[in-house]
Amino acid sequence: MIADVIVSNLPAFLVAVPLLAAFLCPLVGRISPNIRAAWVFAAMALTAAIAYCLAYLVYTGGTVIYVFGATAADLSIPLDSGGIPIRIMFTVDPMSALMEIIAVTVGLGVIIYSLSSDERRSGLENYYTIFLLLISAVLGMVSTGDIFNFFVFLEISSLATAGLVAYRVEKGLAVEAGLKYLMVSTIAGIFFLFAIGILYGQYNALNMAIIAERIQWTPLDKIALVLIVASLAAKCGSVPMHFWTPDAYMMAPAAVTAMLVVASQASLYGLFRFVFTVYGVSLNYVTMGWVVIILGILSMVVGVTMAIPQKDIKRLMAYHAVSQTGYMLLGVGVGLAVLGDQFLLNSYGYTAMEGGIFHIMNHALYKGLLFLTAGAIIYRIGTGDLNRMGGLGHKMKFTMVFFIIGALAIAGIPPFNGFASKFLIYESVYQFNPILAVIAMVVSILTLASFVKVFHAVFMGPPREEHAQVREVPLPMLGAMAFLAILVIVSGLFPGIFVTNLIEPAVHALTDQAGYMTIVLGGG
Amino acid sequence: MSKIVRFCADMLYPAIVIFGLYVIMHGHITPGGGFQGGAVVATAAALIIVAYSYEEIQGMLSKFLLQIQESAGLVMFAGVALIAIGLGTTFFYNYLANSGLLFGMSVPFGPNPGELNTGGFLPLMNIAVGIEVWGGLAIVILYLLSGIPKEGT
Repeated sequence: MIADVIVSNLPAFLVAVPLLAAFLCPLVGRISPNIRAAWVFAAMALTAAIAYCLAYLVYTGGTVIYVFGATAADLSIPLDSGGIPIRIMFTVDPMSALMEIIAVTVGLGVIIYSLSSDERRSGLENYYTIFLLLISAVLGMVSTGDIFNFFVFLEISSLATAGLVAYRVEKGLAVEAGLKYLMVSTIAGIFFLFAIGILYGQYNALNMAIIAERIQWTPLDKIALVLIVASLAAKCGSVPMHFWTPDAYMMAPAAVTAMLVVASQASLYGLFRFVFTVYGVSLNYVTMGWVVIILGILSMVVGVTMAIPQKDIKRLMAYHAVSQTGYMLLGVGVGLAVLGDQFLLNSYGYTAMEGGIFHIMNHALYKGLLFLTAGAIIYRIGTGDLNRMGGLGHKMKFTMVFFIIGALAIAGIPPFNGFASKFLIYESVYQFNPILAVIAMVVSILTLASFVKVFHAVFMGPPREEHAQVREVPLPMLGAMAFLAILVIVSGLFPGIFVTNLIEPAVHALTDQAGYMTIVLGGG
Repeated sequence: MSKIVRFCADMLYPAIVIFGLYVIMHGHITPGGGFQGGAVVATAAALIIVAYSYEEIQGMLSKFLLQIQESAGLVMFAGVALIAIGLGTTFFYNYLANSGLLFGMSVPFGPNPGELNTGGFLPLMNIAVGIEVWGGLAIVILYLLSGIPKEGT
């Protein structure tokens, strides 16, 4: 009985548990710092357990819907509403479930890391409150089936991110980065709200499924699509709206930066969700596909070329994050460009999208790992300046190993997971347009070159005198890095298992607009 | 500030607080609601901080209490919504509406002056948000104005 109630309410608990834990965090923190740490960890572990259970339900039993405020969770259309879903609804399909798995897996590693690396800072009760709010906002963004609800979670994540970026004041530099992020995300949020207004004004509904059913591709819809794509591309850090990423990723604490990668991927998810599920084949998919591809190519090339001359380790990695976002946009963009052509979709469109979506997962894992290693280095030597590092391989052996794993994965070297997803992208994009595949490979080589430079600057060479006191980082931080490193290796060694069981259902759920509408609106 | 300003602030303080509480309480039948009412109450805190000085009002406004208030409001909001799951319905199901219990009266038909005892758990949500905004906004004001130097120094 109780188990049934819990299972049927899993989507609500997914957001309610981190939210409630966040609100109680300042009070629990008054008792003692250790109890607060246990509380934060327990909340994150419980959230992760809920997300895994929910993902299991979705992958085995199909899309789960949850209607807030109804008498039953699956009562999407109230009896007296005239046949339209009026309530806020969570629609958790395999794509959402995949994003939830990514978010809680990285979130769990990051919380373990953060409990150790940030324990001596002040203001921690607010820090963890905002951290849990960010996690709950990300989970809400990827679960919701309502466009206004998506906007609400988008704003929660914007505010929480800005607060976390500005958390270490650093003589005002971090505050400046937070303010910059807040500016970009507020402007993006207003554009997004404007687009919601356009859609709501035309179709009298906010539910994604009902808008997808009614959408006409009028000029107003085109304006709304431009606003949505521009605002979400800005939030996920795609060129030419990427300028907040280097500042925000550099100034935030390392654990927050790893979580920011996941938060910006939730915006990427929103972009895909709107383009595929809300607009679907009604939009001009060739043009829109090329727009996404060009955004992706620009991000890849500009990101990696900007990364090469950087002198700060986290700023360099931030530009690489922009560059890797380009791969996801490229893969999914190719899938979008052939969306209406079932033959091309079967021959390479699905593979390209699998590559792009698999890259989201892989990127969250290895980029999270890389940011955590960068944080470990900064934790010990107190600076992110590459010119003041060197010879750390003698003192921080485990961190070095984790860094190598992350660096080889991001450069697409087998047998790590970056290779698996990039290979899917190369082979499918080559069939679509060979030049794009060549660009993708060149960017990958430049990424490798850049990380060879970083590796040499940080770990190689004789030990320097000023680092005589440097030791390996504490065990929880190593544990968190090992957790992500093991996942990077496993998903690189056995990509087939992940692609067949996790990625393929997600891709098919994303392209199956009719299936999404049937589940919400019924009457299939 | 001068004695006149302080006296006026003292006089206005209860009036502002009561007006804010009124807006919170009538959120479900009149314009306004928890956020607006909470913001009105928090302006009372701003008024006395301006009229007196940061040091003088430390005894009147405790940061700890305001923080508790902020958390308690949010926990009440989520808790009221969570009770619905315990009753076998979904998160945020309005289980008090038309129940005959607290705020459970059916809305009367036709033109009427507005019945306070309606709305189900919406008034409870408004109260929760009101408590939260009161605490949260007052803390923000307290921190922002804590930099004002004491008069004459």
